Amino acid sequence: MARPTSALSAGELTARQTIVRRYWLLCLPALVLLVVAASGPLLIVLAYSFLEPADYSGVIWNLSGEGWFKVILNKDIFDDTVSLADAHMTIFWRSARLSILTTLLTLIVGFPTAYFIATRPKTHRQYWLFLITIPFWTNLLIRTYAIMEVIRNEGILNSSLMALGVIGEPLQILYTDTAVLIGMVYVYLPLMVLPLYAAMERLDFRLVEAGYDLYATRFQVLRRVIIPLVKPGIIAGSILVFIPSLGAYVTPRVLGGGKNMMIGNLIELQFGEGRNWPLGAALSIGLLVAVMAALVFYVRNEQAER
Amino acid sequence: MTWKFTSAVAGVALLASAGGAAAEGELNIYNWGNYTNPDLIKKFEEAHGVKVTVTDYDSNSTALTKVKAGGHGFDIVVPSANYVPIFVKEGLLLEARPDEMSNFKNVDPKWVDVSWDPGRRYTVPWQWGTTGIAVNTEAYKGDVNTSAIFMDPPEELVGKVNVVPEMADVLALAIMYEGGKPCTEDKALLKKVRDALMAAKPKWMSMDYGMTDKMSSGDVMASVNWNGSTFRVRANNPSVVYGYPKEGYPIWMDSVAILKDAGNVENAKLFMNFIMEPENAALISAFARYANGISGSEAFMPEEMKTAPEIVVPAEFKAAGTFLPTCPKAAQDLYTAIWTELRK
Repeated sequence: MARPTSALSAGELTARQTIVRRYWLLCLPALVLLVVAASGPLLIVLAYSFLEPADYSGVIWNLSGEGWFKVILNKDIFDDTVSLADAHMTIFWRSARLSILTTLLTLIVGFPTAYFIATRPKTHRQYWLFLITIPFWTNLLIRTYAIMEVIRNEGILNSSLMALGVIGEPLQILYTDTAVLIGMVYVYLPLMVLPLYAAMERLDFRLVEAGYDLYATRFQVLRRVIIPLVKPGIIAGSILVFIPSLGAYVTPRVLGGGKNMMIGNLIELQFGEGRNWPLGAALSIGLLVAVMAALVFYVRNEQAER
Repeated sequence: MTWKFTSAVAGVALLASAGGAAAEGELNIYNWGNYTNPDLIKKFEEAHGVKVTVTDYDSNSTALTKVKAGGHGFDIVVPSANYVPIFVKEGLLLEARPDEMSNFKNVDPKWVDVSWDPGRRYTVPWQWGTTGIAVNTEAYKGDVNTSAIFMDPPEELVGKVNVVPEMADVLALAIMYEGGKPCTEDKALLKKVRDALMAAKPKWMSMDYGMTDKMSSGDVMASVNWNGSTFRVRANNPSVVYGYPKEGYPIWMDSVAILKDAGNVENAKLFMNFIMEPENAALISAFARYANGISGSEAFMPEEMKTAPEIVVPAEFKAAGTFLPTCPKAAQDLYTAIWTELRK
């Protein structure tokens, strides 16, 4: 029933305007929440990154590029020579490396797990999923301390290995990058399993059977049929694991022994003992931009392939 | 893009919120973790009919940042000597005039005219102690009264030393080890300090808090640590001893102050006066194992504390102790740069 707009009567026009107005009014709470509660704090962080640090934490409202300068470059405190901020680069690189490793390991462990759940009878699946979500009942900090109990020198792992005679003296796992990696894989594994499961649940297993019928080997079916079909799940899971890993704070602090910082700890140092909020703010925004760049890269890649 | 985020994923976000409305008969204390004797709190609650809540922090900077941000709901904070002037300068403390309170006469005269609060117009002593070296003698039998334990670890302790990540304490120890004074801005000396720390770091196991537990269990064999904490370790693990670095070690005092935006000022003042009573001050020390600044409290202290080498500084090491001042911004910037490089 398409009619030219000019044929609308004045009454119908106002009625439509009212609907539009009501529509915006109903959207208002969500918009306010998005603009004020989500973007607002970020804008404050952004603004702080361009200010001067006050003597004892906080900021002075003077424009300054010092914070951003210090993110990338380092003026040597002893001879004033300017060089690349070696300390920050090391920390950024460690964070990126550990996050990528965490993502890969959770994928390797999570993929078979999700496949296993998706291939159970429908009535059983919810129980398996339920088991996956159990760790979320306990606070992150407590779970991290539990990991510490397992891997510390006098802990369960070392004492049982020594009792079995596998090793002569305790393995120093705690306070190393390996410990941080173990902790992050454990903490973020459910974030990988859940989206993978969501994708696999919708996988049409008749296609898998068809693959076998056409003399594909198991590996070929996995590579040519299953993986392409669950790819959205793999990407969603990888992003869900990678992003929080990059900003992880508690796990590196407790398991890394504080000797090897990650970005999250470096930012905390600037807001705490370092008393340099603008540098902390600039580092936070830098991290945000890096994460967004990674996301855009993912999405672009994804679209290019289609 | 056809990602489907399950609702389970949405439930991942962890939120924690804390806060309570101020009401009559309440007192909210913001103090270092594992530092407040529950018996002291119980006694105060019973004596004055006040409901006390204790919240923990792990460093002076955490406390300063949170208090400065406002909306915290705390009445009392317990900053270290080098942070009290910052709190005062930032206008965060109430001039509560504890020096006019009835129990002020009990404060040991040597703790009255202190540099961070001359005449005690804002704060009363909570506890004081030293930052030194704790060593498990099962791992190392040599001299423990030196910062070399962490600045140049002996072979037996390589990979087994911890350094508490308390910037002010660690840098003060390192600077004094290299022959300087805390808060120095002498760049030639600081360069030596940085290079020495960077060379020592690969020989450390960790930079972490919580040594009371980790040294008791034998996970850590040596650490830069506080005296009271080491005393508590020795009670669990008798082979741990406390060393006073002969090159110099920091002395610190934490003091109780009332916040300017406290909701329960009267109760906070009652508490201040309460802890200047020798019997109550002794309760503070009996728990965290540090000395307090109240004369006469020794009589009420547990017997083992009166002679403990961690608490009673042996005469030969007395001269090496230095009070940590509040460093100026220029020094602070240099120290932060060294600290960041050290912890990268």
